[in-house]
Amino acid sequence: MNRYPLWKNILIGIVVLVGLIYALPNIFDQDPALEITGSRRAELTPATEQRVRDALGAAGIEIKSLDSGSNKLLLRFSDSETQLRAKDSLETLLGGDYTLALTLSSDVPGWLRSVGALPMYLGLDLRGGIHVLIDVDMDAAVDQALERYSGDIRTLLRDEKLRYSTVSQRGDAVVISFKEAEIREQALAKIEDEFRNLLLESVDGDDAFQVEARMSNNEQQTTRKFALDQNITTLRNRINALGVSEPIIQQQGDRRIVVQLPGAQDPARLKDLLGATATLEYRLEDTEHNVEDAVAGKVPVGSKLYHTRDGRPILLKKQVIVTGNQITDASSGFDQRSNQPAVFVSLDGPGARRMRNVTTDNVGKPMAVVFIETRTESRVVDGKKVTRKIPVQEVISVANILEPFGRRFQTTGLDSPAEAHDLALLLRAGALAAPIEIVEERTIGPSLGQDNIDQGFRSVLIGLLLVMVYMAFSYKVFGLVANLALITNLVLIVAVLSMLQATLTLPGIAGIVLTVGMAVDANVLIFERIREEIDIGNTPQASIHAGYEKALSTIVDANVTTLIAAVVLFSFGTGPIKGFAVTLFIGILTSMFTAILGTRAVINRVYGGRRLGKLVI
Amino acid sequence: MRLFKSSLNINFMAKRKLAMAFSISLIAFALISLLARGLSLGIDFTGGTLVEVGYQQPVELSKVRSVLEEAGFAGTTVQHFGTPKDVLVRLAPGGEDDSAALSSRAFAELRQAAAGEAELRRVEFVGPQVGDELAEDGGLAMLYVLIGILIYVALRFEYRFALGSVIALVHDVVITIGAFSLFAIEFDLTVLAAILAVIGYSLNDTIVVFDRIRENFRKLRKGTPEQVINTSINQTLSRTLVTSGTTLLVLAALLIFGGEIIHGFALALIIGIVIGTYSSIYVASTAALMLGVSKSDLMPVKKEGADIASDGSQV
Repeated sequence: MNRYPLWKNILIGIVVLVGLIYALPNIFDQDPALEITGSRRAELTPATEQRVRDALGAAGIEIKSLDSGSNKLLLRFSDSETQLRAKDSLETLLGGDYTLALTLSSDVPGWLRSVGALPMYLGLDLRGGIHVLIDVDMDAAVDQALERYSGDIRTLLRDEKLRYSTVSQRGDAVVISFKEAEIREQALAKIEDEFRNLLLESVDGDDAFQVEARMSNNEQQTTRKFALDQNITTLRNRINALGVSEPIIQQQGDRRIVVQLPGAQDPARLKDLLGATATLEYRLEDTEHNVEDAVAGKVPVGSKLYHTRDGRPILLKKQVIVTGNQITDASSGFDQRSNQPAVFVSLDGPGARRMRNVTTDNVGKPMAVVFIETRTESRVVDGKKVTRKIPVQEVISVANILEPFGRRFQTTGLDSPAEAHDLALLLRAGALAAPIEIVEERTIGPSLGQDNIDQGFRSVLIGLLLVMVYMAFSYKVFGLVANLALITNLVLIVAVLSMLQATLTLPGIAGIVLTVGMAVDANVLIFERIREEIDIGNTPQASIHAGYEKALSTIVDANVTTLIAAVVLFSFGTGPIKGFAVTLFIGILTSMFTAILGTRAVINRVYGGRRLGKLVI
Repeated sequence: MRLFKSSLNINFMAKRKLAMAFSISLIAFALISLLARGLSLGIDFTGGTLVEVGYQQPVELSKVRSVLEEAGFAGTTVQHFGTPKDVLVRLAPGGEDDSAALSSRAFAELRQAAAGEAELRRVEFVGPQVGDELAEDGGLAMLYVLIGILIYVALRFEYRFALGSVIALVHDVVITIGAFSLFAIEFDLTVLAAILAVIGYSLNDTIVVFDRIRENFRKLRKGTPEQVINTSINQTLSRTLVTSGTTLLVLAALLIFGGEIIHGFALALIIGIVIGTYSSIYVASTAALMLGVSKSDLMPVKKEGADIASDGSQV
């Protein structure tokens, strides 16, 4: 009696072994590391590697180890202070063409990595970093689309010589008014022909004949979806250039984007970058009119008054040569002659053609570069939230056209290399398709993260010890077996978390602590049952058997209900709650395995298949 | 080592009126406190901005306060967090800043005032809309957990047991939240998670007792429902107390060593588990008894009975 078939023992052995292997990576230290990635403009070569080594050697910074991959270099350091110093000195050495990212890298041996065994993925509250939840104003995207339609309809009617009195937006519709019904019918047919997506409706007003054009629900949805997708892409481009390893940029719900940057330290800079929209416009200077007159209020038709960075007024032609949308690539650097910070810009085909035409016609005349930045500001006024956009338009450089421009050229006049860098970044990343607002932010500093790990680890350890002492004291040999199961359970939880690469958070650690307390419950139920069986006079072997059998359904019932709670927590919870639910869920499953099958296998080994006089429990 | 001798026979049900009076007065206290004082909700639910700053030296709160006042932050609250070197600042919304930029500016001011000797430990900003959503989701989660459990217990046992367990759960939740209201402990997302875990845990306890009641109804030929319930509670008492004991042990470790952030979480679980242990002994069974649970409700259906007879174990 009380013997497990060989296959069951082997199965349990295999599960525990696999658990041990996958939990193993977590005992290796995680080193602060620096990841250097090349770009299209700059390949990482062995020569680069040598330059990095030399530079760090000269600065007296010790590299713990250096790995090179495809166009990638990973430097490990012994502490984060060295890591930061190395970043500073390499930034000046390598310039803007390489991406430097702070990261953590564990020295897990290759054979472990080759079976996919990785350390647990630590949440931001444990490793430090920035979490931002962004709300995308998708109605604005629909509004913009309507605005575009208004413009297009105007152009169409003008081209077709159909006289309209007004084209305006009313709610979710574009309203076109005509004086005569006949013209309206003609226009209706034309618009229908040209814009098949629009839903058109004739409305007769007081003394006007109108057409209302609406976007179909379908198209509205596509527009919203596109805006969100475009925003995610743009944000990803901007963040990738920030130099953070493993950033997470994900859609959440219908209209939100989550951005998580592990290890990032400067929320202010991130927020500036996320919310900023910056672009450039190239315009000719209006040299035929007097600036003073314009400042006095007489701005000539076809021109517009701007100011330079130092506040000097300047008159520019209204016609834009090239806008930021036509810029395909941008990088920052220094102007070779003046050594001023500069942005190198590449244009797309139509943009380049236009630029060449205009500059060819205007050699010797001054051309200006306008820097346009829009900041979104929301503040509470009288209890209501008001969002407004503040456009900032400045002329950053004016220079005479020496020769016709081509596809690639440079722009100077920026305040600092940092500004040149950010502008290049924004130009490269593209524009946001709809305005965004940060609705939640959680930043955890690195010291707090480390404290959380230490405190979490300490409480797991102390809780575990207390429970183990109690169990051993209470149930003797059986208690020791339960303790073995408890430790195995912890190993399995860690292994499953590592395998799934689920995020471990501080509430997640709390979940583990709680599971430690509750995992012994199954064993307590079984052992108490065995005691009862002995008390009513059963033999030790029969008592063990009956104890496990009878407690089983109780254990399952009790655990299923907790599983229900964990599943609901997971599906409704955000951030902290999810982390707790994950470990609770995994912990319940693994604890059922170790507490029922695991302890039974050991108990069977110890007591099974022989005559027992008395059972000490 | 055994907690109790096996012949333990405490007449729990005889004191059920007393227990009921006790429970009802606790719930009344909790509800009065909730109505009169409300909960001190954390920024997870109210929305707002919170900055935790770590200093090299212990720092006086009045100094931090005056720095912020001079910088034009009105309506801030400042408190120590865990140690005298850590300061937690709650910023009121509004003013000149964009709400997301508020925290950056506040920290910049504090850092400057401390000559750079201050470190940003944590920033939490929750927009009012998100706060409302989190509160709504939290309430919904609680509701769905209760419904899910009601269905499961009704399927596995009987509807009277299901009602009994849900009454016990509501009892536990109301009293735990009431304690947070009475002692004005901050109620945030992690506390909500703890409350939901309390639901799972307390039910766990209740199910074990119910399981035994069902078994005994089927096994014991004699005895009133009251006696059967009494026997069942006595038989499971040692397990109930041991498990609650071990769980409380680790939670105490978490409360003492887990750090400030996890404090509310551990506290909610400790209160909830103490109440939950009491309720699985008294409230759930009493409720089932008062709803009129009887032997005939729990006799196995014929087919199931045949199975039980053949393998010799009753569950």
